[in-house]
Amino acid sequence: MAYDGSSARGRIDLRPLGSYKREQTVEDARARQSWTAGVEQGAGQAAKGSAVTCIEVRDLSFFYGRYQALQAINLELQARRVTAFIGPSGCGKSTLLRTFNRIYELYPGQYATGEILIDGSNILDKRQDLNLLRARVGMVFQKPTPFPMSIYDNIAFGVKLYQRLSRYDMDERVEWALRKAALWDEVKDKLKQSGTLLSGGQQQRLCLARAVAVKPEILLLDEPASALDPISTLKIEELIEELKGEYTIIIVTHNMQQAARVSDYTAFMYLGKLVEFADTDTIFTRPREKETEDYITGRYG
Amino acid sequence: MSLYVRRRIVNAVGLALSIFATAFGLFWLGWLLWTLVAQGLPWIDLSVFSQPTPPPGDVGGLSNAIIGSLLLTGSGIVIGAPIGVLAATYLSEFGRKTHLASVVRFVNDILLSAPSIVIGVFIYELIVLRTGHFSGWAGGMALALIVIPIVVRTTEDMLCLVPVSLREAAAALGAPRWRVIFAVVYRASRAGILTGMLLAVARISGETAPLLFTALNNQFWSLDMGGALANLPVVIFQFAMSPYEDWQHLAWAGALLITAGILALNIIARVLGRARK
Repeated sequence: MAYDGSSARGRIDLRPLGSYKREQTVEDARARQSWTAGVEQGAGQAAKGSAVTCIEVRDLSFFYGRYQALQAINLELQARRVTAFIGPSGCGKSTLLRTFNRIYELYPGQYATGEILIDGSNILDKRQDLNLLRARVGMVFQKPTPFPMSIYDNIAFGVKLYQRLSRYDMDERVEWALRKAALWDEVKDKLKQSGTLLSGGQQQRLCLARAVAVKPEILLLDEPASALDPISTLKIEELIEELKGEYTIIIVTHNMQQAARVSDYTAFMYLGKLVEFADTDTIFTRPREKETEDYITGRYG
Repeated sequence: MSLYVRRRIVNAVGLALSIFATAFGLFWLGWLLWTLVAQGLPWIDLSVFSQPTPPPGDVGGLSNAIIGSLLLTGSGIVIGAPIGVLAATYLSEFGRKTHLASVVRFVNDILLSAPSIVIGVFIYELIVLRTGHFSGWAGGMALALIVIPIVVRTTEDMLCLVPVSLREAAAALGAPRWRVIFAVVYRASRAGILTGMLLAVARISGETAPLLFTALNNQFWSLDMGGALANLPVVIFQFAMSPYEDWQHLAWAGALLITAGILALNIIARVLGRARK
């Protein structure tokens, strides 16, 4: 696909950050509220659907053994919106993301305290079934991770875990997921080919399709475009835009322009603390905290 | 300038030494192979594959030893490889940094370098003495004990090469742990695990000492794993030491067969290893 700098969705904004301003200014002004209390009812944020709290984080702390990586985080995330976590390396944004599907449980010695309510139930509860949780909360990682199997099987793998579909329904599901990830046209003639033979950008879209195929409610994206070239990045951002009407999306990114482009809300983290959380335009134009302003204007480091 | 010249001289000397060392090793290998082919090839004919080992002075072949070796090697790998893969799975997927795992790893390394005759004596004590007779199963067990540490080592190395991110990605889809291991981790390291098994086959197909104490030998055609079983290494040992010329010829033929078989296995393992990407 041709690179089109002026495409309406997900364009790369070259204006200085300070002057970054999105279209929906009036509503944004109303949405600017205390982040601990959450951004209530979305204030008509970015149009469609009324905003509902999907994830509520209460007093969340996280430990790598003795090292405390998150300090009493409180946060409310809206359903069917895109929330970005930004902050310097090591600030805990990926760690926070990884608590939402408890993927950290793969490693002994890592644990979280506090509560994370998804649709009202605490997923940090010991009785929470991890596999069912992860089927509801999908994740895409920084580096593309295609499984060593065909493109088709890459998509079908997750679906088969929790659903018995007929051959026909599975074919349909695979096509649906690949279309969602804007990959169908590129791979429809080579579904039997190994997923590892695709290019990096295609692999990442395959991973996105794989995550979408199981129809989760929430999608966690951990720097999904940081290993990709600008054009692939643009495609991923367009996909996020496209998916956000149906999924609650949380994206961790190093790239502040990216956060500004794709997200409705932004959380700025620093040294394991949530410094500021508000709608994206507020964060990027009128941050309340000095640390936030220093970071987004590039004064850190 | 002098520093540069010195460096070049050191480089030339080092290069010459390593080329010499390589040539030295290859020279003996080449000589060995040439002798084997020269001495063994004339005696390889259809009867080697079709007739059992003869009494001295009679015509015969190695069919019973060939089939015996296949049975013993086969049972050794069939018993040893799954145990090895499972142990390696524990070490790589579950134990990784635990104390138990490091103990297992250490013991495994000792087993890896244990003299095979010790393993033969061990199985002799454990099985042959108790059952009161030599048997193919005892031989298979002894070979399995040699297979296990090799497979544990190669498989663990291969499993550790599978990126953590792949395991995370599978788990993040809601796959239970066994599913992650079977469907993703094994699949990603399939070629490497197979290569390790082939190398183990190559290793045990030439083992003599453990079989002397376990399967021993059998002059007649037999497929009975419950009794003594002929096999190429022991037949070669016995025939080569004998004063009868036709027995010595058969020993050469058998030696060539084993060597060619092992060479083929190694080449296959290499090709498989290269196909892994």
